[in-house]
Order: sequence, then structure tokens, then C-alpha cells
Amino acid sequence: MGAISLRNVVKRYGFGPKANPVIHGVSAEIADGEFVVIVGPSGCGKSTLLRMVAGLEEVSAGEIRIGDRVVNDLEPSERDIAMVFQNYALYPHMTVFANMAYGLKIARVPEAEIKTRVDKAAKILELGPFLERKPRELSGGQRQRVAMGRAIVRQPAVFLFDEPLSNLDAKLRAQTRLEIQKLHRELRTTSLFVTHDQVEAMTLAERMIVMNAGRMEQIGTPDEVYHRPATTFVASFIGSPPMNLVRGRAERNGFTAAGSQLLPLPAPAPRDGELVMGIRPEHVEMSSDLSAAGWPLRVQALEMLGAERLVYGLLGETLFTARLDATLPYPAVGDIVNLQAAPAHLHWFDAATSTRVAA
Amino acid sequence: MTVERRPLLDFASHAILLLGVAIVAFPLYLTFVASTHTAAEIVQAPMPLLPGDQLFHNYAAALTGSEHGQGSGAPVGRMMWVSLVTALGIAIGKIAISLLSAFAIVYFRFPFKQLVFWAIFVTLMLPVEVRIFPTYQVISDLHMLNSYAGLTIPLIASATATFLFRQFFLTVPDELVEAARVDGAGPMRFFKDVLVPLSSTSIAALFVIQFIYGWNQYLWPLLVTTNESMYPVVIGIKRMIAGGDAVQAWNLVMATAILAMLPPALVVVLMQKWFVKGLVDTEK
Repeated sequence: MGAISLRNVVKRYGFGPKANPVIHGVSAEIADGEFVVIVGPSGCGKSTLLRMVAGLEEVSAGEIRIGDRVVNDLEPSERDIAMVFQNYALYPHMTVFANMAYGLKIARVPEAEIKTRVDKAAKILELGPFLERKPRELSGGQRQRVAMGRAIVRQPAVFLFDEPLSNLDAKLRAQTRLEIQKLHRELRTTSLFVTHDQVEAMTLAERMIVMNAGRMEQIGTPDEVYHRPATTFVASFIGSPPMNLVRGRAERNGFTAAGSQLLPLPAPAPRDGELVMGIRPEHVEMSSDLSAAGWPLRVQALEMLGAERLVYGLLGETLFTARLDATLPYPAVGDIVNLQAAPAHLHWFDAATSTRVAA
Repeated sequence: MTVERRPLLDFASHAILLLGVAIVAFPLYLTFVASTHTAAEIVQAPMPLLPGDQLFHNYAAALTGSEHGQGSGAPVGRMMWVSLVTALGIAIGKIAISLLSAFAIVYFRFPFKQLVFWAIFVTLMLPVEVRIFPTYQVISDLHMLNSYAGLTIPLIASATATFLFRQFFLTVPDELVEAARVDGAGPMRFFKDVLVPLSSTSIAALFVIQFIYGWNQYLWPLLVTTNESMYPVVIGIKRMIAGGDAVQAWNLVMATAILAMLPPALVVVLMQKWFVKGLVDTEK
């Protein structure tokens, strides 16, 4: 029904030798009823990919299927999708009711049916009292809900969200995130949600696609993406503060970081050679006992965040961040402390390809 | 706005404003007074400055053309009708054509689009007066003299209005077009359901401007109408005044002038709210 299948989807602007590729062959299978978030930095092609699924951008090569139909050449309205835009794109001269009903009116749905569907959507979204108002008389959050209502009433196979929360303030954003989750539990409609905000991605996604520079870096559940990042890009993009990546050379039980600092390893690296070692700031332990086996960190700065404290320092020549529980004792700037990590928390990446090296 | 309390300045500014009003209003008042007297009373040395008792008689005479001096005695009622049809035709025609051409220029990709846009834009430099002889030739060859078509069609194409609508359409966010596409609205449906309602204030403002433009046309109707029954009222006034030392029915001429001023004034007064909104407001 609402499954989406992307097969080697490519987007190029322009033709011939001057063509400017922005998406380099993305393949993914999204199951019916799944909530998938596409996340990546700005300019990575995530919105373009979504707009290709919507039919607002042409597909240069490859194939997009929705359900069992290839939709490459179908108009947006024929694809059985609904889209929520970043700035909501409500028709300013129409009432909330007319905004939600417009698509149905064009599809020649009977008047009574339109009314039932709009009323139902308005009830779910608590828009009942506003049906006769114009969009400009509504607050940002209410407009956002109207945009969602317009999508819901069409009862599409797929919802497409293009950064729908980025125009809301932080508090409203968290609240709307919960509402979208609740809505998805009730409707179980396949959803594709684009965002640049990793918190949104982690909290909403059943699976997430991490994109960078027109390529799909990883697709997986938020747990997989956090615990087993497929590339150094994913490792540094997901998680805040980002994962520490130390470039160096592994030999038996030691790792020579850039700057010739030899770091003892709690367990051997998966293979010898040029590697990037990754470890999350929240996964290191710190002690002032320099005699134990560990990594010496010269503390350069401290940041108190409330529940936790960030310790910035130099490990060899690499800037390194550690996150400590704020109740623990902490070092002063200029101190040298000993860092230790459990073997399970070490990630290894190939230095040349930046891809994960299995342990 | 700042609030200032300076009585002398208040007095001076009011005096200047009142003087301005008097300068504009006095000729209008004189016209009205003249239209309420007999022809003989007006030509007396100090002209009467208070309205006379011939109001209904003069206006009825002018409208029906039942009484006239040496000049033309065509009924003004007919002229008003011709003027009204012409002005409405020009205003509505201009708006319809400009809306559609701006829609094409902004929302469609077609060969030589930029060239077309610049071609329209360049015609801004060619007002009716500049191209009046070739236009007359064309209208004459098409046997459109002395017809509503001849009075309106050459004046309908409007670069100004096209440009205005183009600028407005460019401010309509792209997402609105995309939302309409997702909703299944085709181009004409989008035009009818979204663009035209959004442009309503601009349309109203343009209607006022173009109605007055159409109503006040003088040179072009002077050329293409030779038949009394196709005179617009502005031409009619001119034809009522015979040359030379002939006795003029000034009272009827003045009544006609007042009648000619009424419809544009009414349009402005009735549509003032929309007119101002269209010029000032960019409601999205």
C-alpha cells in the first residue's frame, strides 16, 4: 500500500558535461506504515530527495515506487501523497476549513464526505474553534496544525514532511514532535520526514536515513545509527557533542595518535594500520590517577551544562571532548587527567574510506 | 505620528489647506452654478454666484438633447452610455489581459519568454499618441470606426498593468504553487482559485485607475467617432460648443460637464477603501 521504494535515484541539474549532480544514487526501501526521518546538514540533498518523492522535482535517473506503482512520471496529485511544507503554504485567502477541503473539492469528493473528513481531522488536531478563521488570524503552531490537517484529510498512502517544525519556537517544537508521534501511532500512515535537527530525527524516527553531500551514509534505527555509525560522518553528525575522532596508527594493543602520542588500548583494534578511532564524550571515564593505564588529556576548557560538565582538552594533537556527570569532581584548566574507555565503546573507521571497520 | 501643540502652525497649515481646497473647488462650483441658470443669465456681466432655478430643466434638456444652441444637440444620455461602455470595456479588458499575460510570464516556461516580457515592457514607451496614425489605419481598414470595438480594443493592451501583476505574482511564495499541485489544482484552477483572489486588492485599484483613464479618453475617440450616436461624453462637450461668435448654450454645456464628472467621481468614492488598500497593502 504505502511502501516507498527508491532505486538508485539520481538528481542532476542541467544537461551533458555541465550537469550538476546533487543526489548520487540513493536506494532505500521504506515499509508500509513506517516513520522514516531523513537527516543531514543543509545542502545535503535531503529536501530534494523528498521533493522527488512528492513529484515536485523531476527524477534524473533511477526509479521511485509508491505502493506498487512507479511514480517517476506522475503528477504530485496522482501519487497518493500529502505534503506539509516548511512555511505551511496555506492559502491566505481561504478559511481553515476551505484550506483543508481544497484538495478534496478538486478531487470531487461529495460535500457531506468533505465535511465529515475535515471535522474529524479538526477534532484530532483540536482545530474545531478555528475552522472559519483565515490563516493570518492563527498563531504559528495553529497554522502548522492546519497544514497537517490538510494532509490528513486527503487520507494519502504517504505523508511527506519538509522541515515542518523549523518555524516553531523550541517549546512548541517539542510539543508538536510529541503530537506527530501520537498522530502516527493512530493513523499508521507511511511518513517521510526531513529535518536537519538530530534531536527531531532521533525522537521521531523508527528508522533514519543520514545523508551527506547527496549520498546516503547510513539507514537504520536511531539505536543502530548512534551505537554503530557506518561512517565517520554519521559518527560526528549524530550525538551532541559529537563523537571524538582520533586519527592514527594501530599496532597490536597500542594506537599511535597523530602527534606521536602512544595510547594503550583496552582491547586490540580490529586490524593494524591507518585507522580512525572514535569514542563518544559520554563514554569516557576520567581519573586524576596518572599511574593507571589510560590516555593523558591536557585540560583546556570546561563548560557546565547543568546535569553534566564538558571537559575540553588535547589528546596528543587532537581536540578531545569528555562529558562528566556534574556531581563528580572535575579537573582545573591546565591539569592533566587520565581517560579510560570500555572496549565496547570504541569505534573503528578506515582512515582512507571513512567507513566502519567491524570489530 | 507625532503630536505637536503649536497653534500658529495649526492656523497656518489650515489656512493653506483651505486655500488649496478653494482653488480646486471654486471652478467646480461655478460649473454647477452655471448649469442651473438659463443661457442668457450666465452671459450677464457679473455672473450669478448662487444656484438658479433651472436645475431640472437644464439637466433634462442636456440628457435628452431636446434643446440646444448652435453646436451639436446630441442627447447626453446616449453619450454617457457610450462613455460607460467604453470605460468599462477598457478597464475590464485591461485587467483580464494583464492578469493572463502576467500569469503566463511568471508561471510558465516557453521559448523566448524573456523576449516577450521585454517586448511588453518596451511598449510602455509608446503611448497611444505616438502610434496613433498606424493604429487609426488598422482600425479603419478593419471597419471598426464608429464602434465600441474601435473605441476600446486599441486601448486595452497594457504594459503597466501586466508589469504590476507580474511583480505581485513574483511575491507569491513558490510553496503555494506546490501545495496547489499536491492538492491537484491544474494551472487554470490555481489561477482562478488562488492567484485572482489574492490579487483582488490590486485588481480593484487598477479598475479605478483604468476606468478613469477610459472615461477621460479624448484624442482617440475624436479620431474614430464621426457619428453622433457614438460620441463619448468628453467629445460631446467639445461638439456642443460651436465656433465663432454664435450664441452658446453654456448652461447645457456646464450641465453636461457636471454629468461627465459624476461617474469617475462615484467610482473613486465607492471604491476608495479598496483602492487605497490595493496601493498600500501587500497582504499575504
